[in-house]
Amino acid sequence: MRSRGWLSGFRKPETWFAYGFIFPWLFGFIALTAGPMVASFYFSLTNYSVEQIAGLEKTSYVGAKNYRQLLEDEKITLALENTFIYTVMMVPATIIVALTLAMILLRVGRAGDFFRTVFYLPQITPPVAVGILLLVLFNGQQGIVNRGLELIGIPGPFWTTDPEWIKPSLVIMSVWAVGGTMVIYLAALRGVPQQLYEAAAMDGAPAWRRFKDVTLPMISPSLFFTFIILTIAGLNTFTEVYTAYFGTGSAGAESPEAALMYAIYLFRQAFEFFNMGYASAMAWLLFVIVMTVTLVQIVVSRRFVFYQGSARE
Amino acid sequence: MTAGAPSNLGPTGTGTATARLPQILPRTARRRRVPLGNFKRAIFMAAVLLLSVLFIYPFLWLISASLKPKTDVFDNRLIPNEFAWNYDDLLDIAPVATWFMNSVWIGVVGALLTTLSSALVAFAFAYFRFPGRNLLFGLVLATMMLPGAVTMIPSYLIWNELGLVNTQYPLWVPNLFGSAFYIFLLRQFFMAIPRDLFEAARIDGDNYLTMFWRIAMPLAKPALIVTFVFEIQAKWFDLMTPLIYLRDAALFTLPLGLKTVLDQFGTGGGGQADWQIIMAGTVVTVVPMIIIFAFFQRAFLEGIATQGRKG
Repeated sequence: MRSRGWLSGFRKPETWFAYGFIFPWLFGFIALTAGPMVASFYFSLTNYSVEQIAGLEKTSYVGAKNYRQLLEDEKITLALENTFIYTVMMVPATIIVALTLAMILLRVGRAGDFFRTVFYLPQITPPVAVGILLLVLFNGQQGIVNRGLELIGIPGPFWTTDPEWIKPSLVIMSVWAVGGTMVIYLAALRGVPQQLYEAAAMDGAPAWRRFKDVTLPMISPSLFFTFIILTIAGLNTFTEVYTAYFGTGSAGAESPEAALMYAIYLFRQAFEFFNMGYASAMAWLLFVIVMTVTLVQIVVSRRFVFYQGSARE
Repeated sequence: MTAGAPSNLGPTGTGTATARLPQILPRTARRRRVPLGNFKRAIFMAAVLLLSVLFIYPFLWLISASLKPKTDVFDNRLIPNEFAWNYDDLLDIAPVATWFMNSVWIGVVGALLTTLSSALVAFAFAYFRFPGRNLLFGLVLATMMLPGAVTMIPSYLIWNELGLVNTQYPLWVPNLFGSAFYIFLLRQFFMAIPRDLFEAARIDGDNYLTMFWRIAMPLAKPALIVTFVFEIQAKWFDLMTPLIYLRDAALFTLPLGLKTVLDQFGTGGGGQADWQIIMAGTVVTVVPMIIIFAFFQRAFLEGIATQGRKG
């Protein structure tokens, strides 16, 4: 019965118009998403690489060999470690700084609009430029960051060459571009009904209680959303780090191991060494990791996120 | 296509045409907060000023360094001791003007195409009731979650098969097919348009296409502008796609060009550490976005804020 109703929909001209309208997406989905996904999985089970692309050798099925190799490849372990460490530092740092900025901006009156623009500027700075700025600002000998630290009596580390300090400097540069997250929190904070604060104040709740029991629950959907988006961005991080530390020329040869992010290693395997089969397996591992992390976040966050009419929209 | 008109982005609202619609984009008008004491306000003001210095200083440093002779780049003065016009050197050593134009045209074409195609698809999902709609829209949402890495390699092989690697087609042709996030955003907007408007247009003799073009598109202008500027930004930022597909320097976009300048003239690749030239190139890459932002500030900020309320 239901399927007949479904099919009979195709007798209406409206249906054909609708499919005509969504055709661009449908075509793109099949040709550029679904098809490539299937192909990617197939390639991950083959030895597809330089010789096969050039047509010198036949592509052959190698089963799970690429996936086994993932486990043995020390660089994979290294790249995953780097990526996780970076993400684990970057996400909370971004959230805390963004929330702090947003809360300060709400307390400076009309000037808030102007400073919101100021704080947003790094966000519209192209990532390649951010990578270059990282190299010059955090330069160990001459960089302005270390000059500044000198002024307050702290000897700055060699940020861009000391493996211990490469990731912290990357995190600081990411946090500099905190504007987008901040704007999301600003909108959320403005949506918190003022009466709640007034009621809390009347009950004699101190400022931190008002923050913990009113602000945080009321903006938790936004916190949750940015938590997920930032984590995905962190796990996929590429451009800034690639610009600063990896290059196609001899610069690539000296790339510090501490900066080898997963997406960079994947890119090099695919487009510098042309190990397409292996790189496809790497891509699927990344997919599984991102999905798993996101699902865990959704499940864990469910109990902390508070949806309420006005907060949700 | 008037998606580029900045005149509608004045501080008074998102244009009169949308005044009747339920607001999807948040209004910037704020409610009154509990008044703060003058002392507290002064402390917050001081904090904001201090923090602004941290956020702005890198830009000032960058512009200043791009105007210094080679030996002074790291002298950390804001006003250069001695001025040097490194931009001429930059133009001598690299086809920066070509890269700039490449970035501009790929950005504009890509943004126009993606706005148009996403709007068409979004309108279908918002207006028509057709079999398979929910399933297909679910797929649209699902593709938002998919990391690009999974489709990157087969896509490259397709372009390779078509003989179009080392052309600019792979950089903008995918924009013909809409983009999940924009489809989602625009669908929200189209759904807020009262259905009566469309029914009235139908009675007036509009067909679906003219209805889309005459009724839906003008009313969705604020959201179309958001889509347009977001895609401009995405194209201006993108390093990976040009890195994968472009080989000839004449085809490069600005980010890829800047990266090759860095590799050639920085310290890493055995360069001469000509940071003054690299800084000039960085300014050329950074400043256009700031100008676009100045014109479309409202669209940028509201687009971002809307994203946050999907949760």
